[in-house]
Amino acid sequence: MTPVPEIIVKDLDMGYGDFVLMRDLNFTVHRGDIFIVMGGSGCGKSTLLKILVGLKEPSRGQVLYGDVSFWEIDPADREKMMRRFGILYQSGALWSSMTLAENVALPLEQYTNLEPKQIREIVSLKLSLVGLAGFEDFFPSEISGGMRKRAGLARAMALDPDILFFDEPSAGLDPVSAKMLDDLILELRESLGSTVVVVTHELASIFAIATNSVYLDVDSRTMTALGDPKTLRDESPNPNVHKFLTRGEEG
Amino acid sequence: MESQVQLKRLTEDTLSASLSGSWKLGDDLPTAEDFERQVDAEPGVRRISFDTTELTIWDSTLLIFLMAIYKFCTGKGIQLEAGGLPEGARRLLQLATAVPERAGARKEFKREPFFAMVGGSATSFYRSLVEMLDFLGQSTIALLRFLTGKASFRRSDLSLLLQESGAQALPIVSLISLLVGLILGFVGAIQLRLFGAEIFVADIVAIAMVRVMGAIMTGIIMAGRTGAAFAAQIGTMQVNEEIDAMKTLGVSPVEFLVLPRMVALIVMMPLLCVYADLMGILGGVIVGVGMLGLNPIEYLNRTQEALTLTTFGIGLFHSAVFGVLVAMAGCLRGMQCGRSASDVGYAATSAVVTSIISIIVATAIITFMCEVLGI
Repeated sequence: MTPVPEIIVKDLDMGYGDFVLMRDLNFTVHRGDIFIVMGGSGCGKSTLLKILVGLKEPSRGQVLYGDVSFWEIDPADREKMMRRFGILYQSGALWSSMTLAENVALPLEQYTNLEPKQIREIVSLKLSLVGLAGFEDFFPSEISGGMRKRAGLARAMALDPDILFFDEPSAGLDPVSAKMLDDLILELRESLGSTVVVVTHELASIFAIATNSVYLDVDSRTMTALGDPKTLRDESPNPNVHKFLTRGEEG
Repeated sequence: MESQVQLKRLTEDTLSASLSGSWKLGDDLPTAEDFERQVDAEPGVRRISFDTTELTIWDSTLLIFLMAIYKFCTGKGIQLEAGGLPEGARRLLQLATAVPERAGARKEFKREPFFAMVGGSATSFYRSLVEMLDFLGQSTIALLRFLTGKASFRRSDLSLLLQESGAQALPIVSLISLLVGLILGFVGAIQLRLFGAEIFVADIVAIAMVRVMGAIMTGIIMAGRTGAAFAAQIGTMQVNEEIDAMKTLGVSPVEFLVLPRMVALIVMMPLLCVYADLMGILGGVIVGVGMLGLNPIEYLNRTQEALTLTTFGIGLFHSAVFGVLVAMAGCLRGMQCGRSASDVGYAATSAVVTSIISIIVATAIITFMCEVLGI
């Protein structure tokens, strides 16, 4: 089966005001990929994610979903496209004034005409998928950081999105919870056929889940590597990429 | 033992520095400048080695001293031989000098030229004006959608906000407006007593309270109490990426967060204002009856005669306008909030300032309009 391009990034520059953070980004995410955006702290990984999901406009260049240029269409159409995305924010970003069940239910209430009973069933299912069965009536402030992240994932999955975006999924998690989340990401890709884009610098996760990746280099302000991180680790001629993927321990 | 450093010439081009005593924070230590002067006094030095057999105890102070010497020696092309230093100090010194200072990493603070500053503030003022108008437009659209029943928000949020900005504000509104009524009564009484026209205290209190003061006082109370809370709530959601999560899920933050707050205040402010009017008049009664010895029935009759429906209507109009202003200022500042804890504090402060300024400006405009219209 030939890979179908899902997201194409073309000649993308990003920055704040006059300040250019990254320039000339070109890469393609294929359907069913687990695509990693990696790089050192402050290299603009999260900014790239914001551009991909429609929260921040790029300074130059295009983001194509299929053949639609995401930043050149009408804002209303863009909003419609955003419904195909599920996003897990770094801190979970659950709405703190609502219970977990209400958090997961809100997108469903917005975009479907389901009966309250059906919505409740979907909510319970999604929460149990992330291992939070029975926590429906808890508020985000009453559960731990790892649980909040998983609840955020349940909300991101509420509308069965085509593309899942993760912003630093394992940041602030203990190794076991981080591993659980990785397994969950793999499982979701297998069973739902979603495309997954993950911003992270956790090496263990990168090697465990990635099928493709891009490395954003903070010194040269552009991407310096593209490909499977395992191959990059063994074969990349770029010393920074090599150093990053081996924790600077070899070479 | 005294902490000191002594220089001794070992060979033609080598000095030996012997450190002795305790080198800890708070000890009386020789400075790096003294040391550098001593080295300068010796001609032809190419190398400095250390002897620390007499050194008893040391901490970061020693490292700071060594770093200064290191910099000095690198500048002069003198080689430092760290071999004689204590093992730990040698390793830490190596660590501190391993990564050279990154060029341009240090922040430089430049004074901007005057015209650049003026230009900068003018463009940022323009931007904030555009932002404000944009927000105003969005909220108006949201309000229209609410009136046609199309807006999406949670009814339970609205009920909670109605309670928070209505019933729960009653105690403070009671206290403040009662006292304002009392003050107005006092001020009037002192003047009117001169003419023996004490009964007109009722007119002063009633007209002042009902026409503007009731509305202004509730406006200012709600700005400090509820406007600031709105800004802080929405600002915190901004910090936690909750607003981002709404946007990406296609939930309009304006409809979901701003609209219920606006509706709650537009509904509750006039009601609170009527209540404040009553409490103010009660304050007047306390002065009139308690201090001036007027007959309560007579006082209330006088009040009734002084008040017209127009006065009452103008007061209500004021308070409805203030409700919109306070809600808008609170929500706008919350939505504009940055991403840090101090930004939330700033948003709350700025919401109160904006609300109070806009309340006073709006009062001036409405008063002027009433004057022109002759009401």
